[in-house]
Amino acid sequence: MTEIVFYILGAAAVISGIACILQRNPVSAALWLVAAMFALAGIYVLLNAQFIGAIQVLVYAGAIMVLFLFVIMLLNLGRETSDIRRWPALMAGAAIAAGLAAPLLALRLYSPARLASEVSGSPVFGDPGAVLSQGAAAQGLAESQGVVGAIAGPLFQTYLVPFEVTSVLLLVAAVGAVVLAKRRL
Amino acid sequence: MLLGPSLALSATLFTIGVVGVVIRRNAIVLFMCIELMLNAVNLTFVALSQYHGLSGQIMVFFVMTVAAAEAAVGLAIILAVFRHRQSVDLQNINLLRG
Repeated sequence: MTEIVFYILGAAAVISGIACILQRNPVSAALWLVAAMFALAGIYVLLNAQFIGAIQVLVYAGAIMVLFLFVIMLLNLGRETSDIRRWPALMAGAAIAAGLAAPLLALRLYSPARLASEVSGSPVFGDPGAVLSQGAAAQGLAESQGVVGAIAGPLFQTYLVPFEVTSVLLLVAAVGAVVLAKRRL
Repeated sequence: MLLGPSLALSATLFTIGVVGVVIRRNAIVLFMCIELMLNAVNLTFVALSQYHGLSGQIMVFFVMTVAAAEAAVGLAIILAVFRHRQSVDLQNINLLRG
């Protein structure tokens, strides 16, 4: 059941992503990107990251994409002229996609057992549960403290300094955006 | 659970983002492709956090914050360039071309 939902959401994300980069109208491209982000939020929930799924919808689909749509409409960019580059760039794009096809297929077969053997450094594929005990511990924490509580613990203890630096970064970004958008270059 | 398929999906989305950056000329669509790439990396963090503990999910939190800051500053730059050149087409933004 989980796998079926995963593959449906994954197909939705890939199709929306492709539609996003091929759509002429920037507004349509932005809306396709919103669809891809919603599909990714569903996948996060399937992967036991419910809090990340919620803030994906709130921050990405809700705030960042609205900012994009505002700028597109402010600049009146809804014209239908194609801005897709000519054949040298299309060839480069196709070459990148083709070159990454083989590693993609290899990643499809990546398993927790192989991850465990790479983490422990032993060539034998052992039991992933024994080597990767942190994942199971995190699951237990989420069940006892709730999903948000399990994230809030390390966020405000281990990662407190990066968290505070992030607030300074957001302040600088807000001031910078105001200054850049106000003054004529 | 679903580690391999998640990593493959993440790589596919990242590839779509890279191809979009290569083939498009509209600066705003370029920014959207960068957001798509950041999302693909977030999916990798979340998929691996099932086995490595919650640090991955906290890193996703920081990536989202940096993405929001980047979008705000980048779109302000695009606005300023648009006022100057009346276009967001990257072919017309060639001030630094030698």
